[in-house]
Parts: sequence; structure tokens; C-alpha cells
Amino acid sequence: YLKDLNYTILTCDFQDKQYVGFATLPNQVHRKSVKKGFDFTLMVAGESGLGKSTLVNSLFLTDLYKDRKLLNAEERINQTVEITKHTVDIEEKGVKLKLTIVDTPGFGDAVNNNECWRPITDYIDQQFEQYFRDESGLNRKNILDNRVHCCLYFIPPFGHGLRPVDVEFMKALHEKVNIIPLISKADCLTPNEVKKLKDRVRDEIERFGIKVYQFPECDSDEEEEFKQMDKELKECTPFAVIGSNTVVEARGQRVRGRLYPWGIVEVENQSHCDFVKLRNMLIRSHMHDLKDVTCDVHYENYRAHCIQEMTSKLAQDNRTDSPLPLLPLPTPDVETERLIKMKDEEMCAIDFYIVIRTLVLFY
Amino acid sequence: MADVGKTPVARNEKASSEFGYVGIDAILEQMRRKAMKQGFEFNIMVVGQSGLGKSTLTNTLFKSKVSRRSVMTTEEERIPKTIEIKSISHVIEEKGVRMKLTVIDTPGFGDQINNENCWQPIMKFINAQYEQYLQEEINIDRKKRISDSRVHCCIYFIPPTGHCLRPIDIEFMRHLSKVVNIVPVISKADTLTLEERDFFKQKIREDLRANEIDIYPQKEFDEDAEDRMINEKIRAMIPFAVVGSDQEYQVNGKRLLGRKTRWGTVEVENTTHCEFAYLRDLLIRTHMQNIKDITSSIYYEMYRVRRLNENNTKPNGQPAIHANGVPEHEVLSHEM
Repeated sequence: YLKDLNYTILTCDFQDKQYVGFATLPNQVHRKSVKKGFDFTLMVAGESGLGKSTLVNSLFLTDLYKDRKLLNAEERINQTVEITKHTVDIEEKGVKLKLTIVDTPGFGDAVNNNECWRPITDYIDQQFEQYFRDESGLNRKNILDNRVHCCLYFIPPFGHGLRPVDVEFMKALHEKVNIIPLISKADCLTPNEVKKLKDRVRDEIERFGIKVYQFPECDSDEEEEFKQMDKELKECTPFAVIGSNTVVEARGQRVRGRLYPWGIVEVENQSHCDFVKLRNMLIRSHMHDLKDVTCDVHYENYRAHCIQEMTSKLAQDNRTDSPLPLLPLPTPDVETERLIKMKDEEMCAIDFYIVIRTLVLFY
Repeated sequence: MADVGKTPVARNEKASSEFGYVGIDAILEQMRRKAMKQGFEFNIMVVGQSGLGKSTLTNTLFKSKVSRRSVMTTEEERIPKTIEIKSISHVIEEKGVRMKLTVIDTPGFGDQINNENCWQPIMKFINAQYEQYLQEEINIDRKKRISDSRVHCCIYFIPPTGHCLRPIDIEFMRHLSKVVNIVPVISKADTLTLEERDFFKQKIREDLRANEIDIYPQKEFDEDAEDRMINEKIRAMIPFAVVGSDQEYQVNGKRLLGRKTRWGTVEVENTTHCEFAYLRDLLIRTHMQNIKDITSSIYYEMYRVRRLNENNTKPNGQPAIHANGVPEHEVLSHEM
């Protein structure tokens, strides 16, 4: 990349006398990012058997679940929702990505699924909390960002729209993480059925006030082609996807697909499913925005909430010697009370002090 | 490298014919888009006595009239009785990249009869910018993008005496190198012959070493072998001997920036005449981002730790924790 940088400098010198040279700034920033590499944390949620693992493997061309042992029904009866993490380093054209997949086995599998999303929301909050602590600390050079940047939620294709567990899950998470709902195993639906289901799901999402991830608006000065693609993307949600771990021969080419007696489903064929749209959006065009929204919106919400409740707790506890000027706070609601209790158990004395010290100094 | 403006559609269509291509390198393009939209900020401070060509050099660096002199009225031309700090911002654009450039001038520095502690107002200003950033950072309702007024780089103008550094130079650089990136330059270098220039540089480097002054690029901040290699070359050449000019002259059929005398024309961008081009390349074309990174990840973090520790001296009198593994320099309280 230094080679590229020098090349740019040389060519521009000859072309333009008025050239100062700060147009290389984006390249300078690039260079640092390429050296450091990127990271991305993707969560997948949905019942067992909806093709989550296969889809992840298809998206990133990995085989993350090679040694997985699937539990049988008996073993699953007493299983609670777990959170498992798989990390893989991917490199392509000199760009390094540390990809973390957070899986949620057991979700929705029990007979009684009351609040089965609780371990998931807890996990997301824990990552926020860790980041908040790190950010308030003294040595901030190598903060690890384990915050969940995106959650793919798998809706089964068998029903007629969202089920109660789907609605409750998404509502529990929509203000903590970017949710992208997917219609899974779409190869059991005809094109008409897909369209009907999508319309129904979109409708219900709106009706129930679920805030799924919104693609940012196009700038007015974007090229027409880009604007058109963006429009198509938005109209296509929720994406109906199919994944595959196997390569088959179709139309003289080797493709990822599923071989049926009645035909071959090609994962990357846009007329068969929306896999390509999902991949393009997730990886090639919106990965950075997903991270930005996580940082700028979800995390900031969490942080603001955290500080407010800590301040109110301080006032209650009288832990500090000096009188603390109180912020004008709304009366704590049920949710805040619950969080206050949670914080008390989780944070140890020193960490709490570091955060409080920051508060005490400046308020 | 992806071209700016090429749409993802075209790239994807090409890529899907490549079997086994995920497309994660597209994140670079996404970052670039965002950075281009947002624009960049750069804050540069110039320090040195009156008449050393600070304003001219700044104008030459950015090829536009960005310095204080270019915007001030004639009433302000006298030397002020105390050191003033004047910030002037311009938004300049090049090849679609927008930059908000702020030039911070320090008229009055070193011009008084008694110049004791002349570095103090400047130190205070620099720390005030760190303080402002810190306040924004710890707000409950933080802005998505905090406006960065921190001084990224301080160019210190050394008069071309040809001998060695003066006490005021050492005083200033010793104090300020602890809080900001210092880039010293030998100003008005057209009064030195090449031999005198080399001798002067050597003396300056010796003086800096003897006084333990760390100027940019600092050895201890080299990140890896590649950085070290590039930076060692720069360290062997600094301080750059510069000549500034905003006048063009005809030389060998070309119009060039220069200074015309009876014995010849000094070409500002000719590296056999002076080292302006190296300074420009360092500050702008290759190390600008690095300069900003060191400001935010090292100097700012040091300030933050100092501030946080101020109200938290440990009960057994132990010194405060180190920031990011970089040993903390001692700072006198009146400097803040």
C-alpha cells in the first residue's frame, strides 16, 4: 500500500500544479486499517433446523461447524438457551477480517419458551457493559470490540407470518442490536408464496412496531445505478434465503446448491433466492454502516441509560463523600429498577469506582 | 484499490463469477465513502518569532491563503504585547476530499524583551483543546462525531543562525514535546549554504538529544519494522530547511514558486534548493493521518489519564497508572 501511495503522489505531481496532496488522506487511513484489520460480530438466532449454520458457512465460505454434535430430542428437553461463539480469521485481497459468529442454540426449542431471549439480551448487554468499562478505563489502546453488530433472525417459512415468539424476540432486541429478519429455507416456497409471506411479514413488523435495521438513505448525488440497486434491496426485505454446504453441477458450472429430483436450487442465483442480496448487503455494502449504527445508536443508548441509572443509584446510596449535583432525571420505571438490581450484582467494586469517578469529576 | 465512485453493483457482478470470493475487501470502499462524505479535519499550529516566514510557509504548504496574515487587517500588523493565540479555519477541497484546515498562529511568541515562560500560554491552549474534547467525550448525550479542535502538529520555526539552538528554542520544545507533535524547521534557509545547513542540522540534532527532546516522528511511537524503516530515513533528515514563497517566477520555461534575487532564483519545490517538498510530503501526503493518530491515541490519552488521576491519588502516595503503556512525563500543575 505504500507503493500505491507513492504512485499516487508521483502521478498527481505532474498533472496538477495546484495539487497540495491531502487527497491521499483516505489512502493513509486505509493503510492503517489494512494493517490493523477489521472485526465483525454477527449473531444468528432462530429455532434449530432453520439452516442458520449452513447460511453462515455459505456467506463466509467457511466451515465453522465441522465438529458440531447435534443433540437429539431427549437431550434437548432440558437444554436452556446457550450462547456460543466461533471466531474465524478471513483474509481476502490483503484485507483481514476477524469474524465472530454468535450462535444461540436452544432458542425457541423448548416446550415452554417464555423469555427464551433473556440469555441473548443479557449477552448483548454484557458486551456493551464491557466496552463501556474499557472505554472508561485508563489504558485504552487495545480495546476489544465484542459488541454484536448485527443479528440475523430466522423466520420459518412454514407458517403464515410472524409467530408470537418471533414478535417478542424482535421486540426484546430491536433497541439493542441491528435486526435483519430472514425467511429461511425458502426453497420450500413458490415465488407467489414468497411474495405473500414477505408482504405479510413486512406488514406485521410495522404493525407491531418492530424496529428492524433500516438501510441508510442514498445521497442525492449517488449514481443512478446505485440508487436503483438500493431501492430494489429495500423492497426485497425480508430476504428469503437458502444456504448450502455442497457444490453441485448446474448449467455446466460448479455452484453452491441443493440437488432435488425436480431440479437444482442455486444459492447464488438471484431468481432462486435472495442470498446474493443478503451477502452483498451484509458484507459488501453495509458492513461498515452496521457497525456504525451499533456504535452510534445502540451502544450510546445503553451508555446513556447506564450513566443515568448509576447517578440515581449514587444519590440513593450516598456512597460518595462529596455532595453530587443531581441531574434532572425522570422517575425510574420498572425497566430501570430491574437494571439497577442487575448492575449491583455484576460489577465489582473497582470497576464501579472507575465509572463513578468519571461521573463524580464532571457532574 | 477500488476506484472512488465505482458502484458496488458493477463489482458484485464481476465478483460472483469468481468462485470463492466473499467480498470483505469491499469494506475499504465503504470506509472510504464514509470518510469522503464526512471530510477530514487538520489543526496545525505555527510557532516562531515575528518575521520568520510562518504565514508564507503555511500558505505555500496548502497552496491557498490560509494564514493569519492573509485574513487580517493592517491595524493588526504590530507585534502584540503578549502572546496571542489566533485560530483561522478554512475548508479546502481536493479531488473530492474535503478538509477543514485550522491554522493556529501565535503572534508575539519570542518577540518580547523578556520571554520567560513564553511557552505557557501555548501549552495552556493545547491543553484547553484536550479538555474540550474530553468534556464532549464524557457527556451523557454524546455527539456522533466530536469536532476535533486538538492541535495535531506544531511547526516550530528556528531562525537560520547556523550555530545551534537558542535557549528559548530548547525551553519551548522541551515543554511542548510532551503534549504535542513538534516539527521543527529551519526557516528562511536561503541564507545558509549546503555545508552550513548540514552543520546546523547536526548541531540541532545534538542539542535535541542532549536535552531529551522527542520531536516528530518519535522513535518510541514507531509501530512496526516498516514504520521504523520509513521514519529512520526522516529522522536522519530533520529538521527540514525550508523556504516559503507565494510568488511565481519563470525558470527554464516553467512557472515555479520561488524567491528571485540578483544571483539566482530559489525554487521552493526543488529539493536541491531547499527541503520544502519533504516537509510538505511528510505533513500532508504521507504522515498526516499518523500525526493525527499520535495526537489522539497518545497525547490526548496522556492528558485524559492525568485528568482522571488528579482526583484519585492513591492512599499510599503511589503515582498514577500509565496511559497505554507510555510512561507519563511529569507535568507541573501550573502548566494546566
